Amino acid sequence: MSKGKTLIEVEGLKKYFNVGGGGVLKAVNDISFSIAEGETLGLVGESGCGKSTAGRTILRLYEPTAGSVRFNGVDINTLSPGKMKAMRRDMQMIFQDPYASLNPRFTVTDIIGEALDIHKMAGSRKERKKRVEELLDMVGLNPDHATRYPHEFSGGQRQRIGIARALAVNPKFIICDEPISALDVSIQAQVVNLLEDLQNRLGLTYLFIAHDLSMVKHISDRVAVMYLGRIVELAESEELYANPLHPYTKTLLSAIPIPDPEIEANKKRIIHEDHGNGPIHTDKDASVSGGTYDLENSELVEVSKGHFVSMPKKG
Amino acid sequence: MEPILQVKDLHVSFQVKGGEVKAVRGMNFEVGKGETVAIVGESGSGKSVTAQTIMRLIPSPPSIVKQGEILFQGQDILKKSNKQMEAIRGKDIGMIFQDPMTSLNPTIRIGKQITEVLIKHQKMSAGEAKKRAIEMLKLVGIKNAEARFNQYPHEFSGGMRQRAMIAIALACRPSLLIADEPTTALDVTIQAQIMDVMKDMQERLGTSIILITHDLGVVAGMCDRVIVMYAGEVVESGTKWEIFKNPQHPYTKGLLRSMPRLDQKKGEPLIPIIGTPPDLIKPPIGCPFAARCDKAMKVCERIDPEATVFSDTHLARCWNLHPMAKEVHPNE
Repeated sequence: MSKGKTLIEVEGLKKYFNVGGGGVLKAVNDISFSIAEGETLGLVGESGCGKSTAGRTILRLYEPTAGSVRFNGVDINTLSPGKMKAMRRDMQMIFQDPYASLNPRFTVTDIIGEALDIHKMAGSRKERKKRVEELLDMVGLNPDHATRYPHEFSGGQRQRIGIARALAVNPKFIICDEPISALDVSIQAQVVNLLEDLQNRLGLTYLFIAHDLSMVKHISDRVAVMYLGRIVELAESEELYANPLHPYTKTLLSAIPIPDPEIEANKKRIIHEDHGNGPIHTDKDASVSGGTYDLENSELVEVSKGHFVSMPKKG
Repeated sequence: MEPILQVKDLHVSFQVKGGEVKAVRGMNFEVGKGETVAIVGESGSGKSVTAQTIMRLIPSPPSIVKQGEILFQGQDILKKSNKQMEAIRGKDIGMIFQDPMTSLNPTIRIGKQITEVLIKHQKMSAGEAKKRAIEMLKLVGIKNAEARFNQYPHEFSGGMRQRAMIAIALACRPSLLIADEPTTALDVTIQAQIMDVMKDMQERLGTSIILITHDLGVVAGMCDRVIVMYAGEVVESGTKWEIFKNPQHPYTKGLLRSMPRLDQKKGEPLIPIIGTPPDLIKPPIGCPFAARCDKAMKVCERIDPEATVFSDTHLARCWNLHPMAKEVHPNE
């Protein structure tokens, strides 16, 4: 798929947390990738692998321990709070839980309008109302429902409100953090189709974080697999699923149940037991076992065009 | 196959402020000995209410069993006293819940949570119970079982807790295990391991399993028969081969179409099911799926469809499948 110029460049990004007792949780441990304009990069991994922390650190909701995030060539971690605020117009987020991420005391107009107010994009009251109605229409909700409260909507509809709020400020880049995990199967496809449709209409760039590998494959141009705070494999989505190289990617793919009894009956599962000590590092143990090699001493190597795999560092 | 559980025309409602939520509206199904039956459906379809009614775990009020029978080994569970039910629960019917952290007691060591079931139901001595508990922990794949026996739930990871839950549920060798979304809270690699443990235990102990899930992938790997629920009713049931290879009901077809598959080509759009499920305070008088169905006819909105039978094991409830229905005439 031919995409435009690079929009997001993440380089050597690290986010460590102190967990007491001299322990350091290396939630995000030296990740690098870029996303082109109009592209969707999927970020997959299991709970605790650092994918959500990575998303939040990229948006500078967490200050990174090291590394840089460039948006359109500007290193956002060097921006003053005022400039950062302006930058946030371009970078928005959609959250997993449509129940927890909407203020239950606000009407839909206020939830979406708040974003407009903060960035002084609202103009008059009338313009604000018009814009909110336009956004509701864009995400497939009835504009007449603008005066309702979140509890009056179903899970799928709430997720649409969350999407409308993210779109309110005309962002270029949206991080979708497990946007469909809390929804029913029959509703998930509706929301994913909406996200794809909006991307086509508005030229959005997505970082799509999820643990559902089938859905990630569907929506993403390229997919990065995260394990213990690191990216262990990154490739175009077709290529990654057809030709996984890293043992962890193979394990993950073989574990996905496929809704076809024939395939399930003949499936061989690959088990990758050794999780080492997890991402928490103490003074005593400086390295983490990645199963077959030392992840701490690894690098991403391009083995074929656009297909990167984590390998032990040479020398 | 001789059924160990028969659910006949079960209706369950909840009294709420706004009226009566008719959560289960005429469930009929059987579970054979050693068989695994999946109940699939989305939130609010009544699958968990059915399971919890079998276990008699829903307090009444607010729930009311309006009508129906639940025959377990030939006896109606709904007629049992609370005391008789306590003797069945955990001994003859085991249950695993979605969230192992809220269903394990955080203040009691894992080992004791298993032995207390054995001491209560099997009248084992403390020593025997401990031996059996450790054996169970090993069976469900917990390494270092002797040491794990003395640990608390918070010292276990999510997958380990779910394994411990399975050990508790199966400790008394129940003839029926009800697993309500047992892997939904777990990562895929852990989910695969838990499914393997359940299959393995079933082979060893001959347990019948009711698996409640929304994940059709899990169903394809694990079950013999599938019951598809929608708005409190069974809309289709059949063997897993019939449901996956030859689905008949528009809802079942829609579910299968709306899920992306790993073996699918890139660029094929997902076909969602439009709309949302009906409000069960005022359930539709006709087919509950009619409002979301692109093949709905006038009759669908007025009369709930009868079951059309395709084989001894396969039936679906849809007017379009009725032998006298012509090829689909939408909105005629």
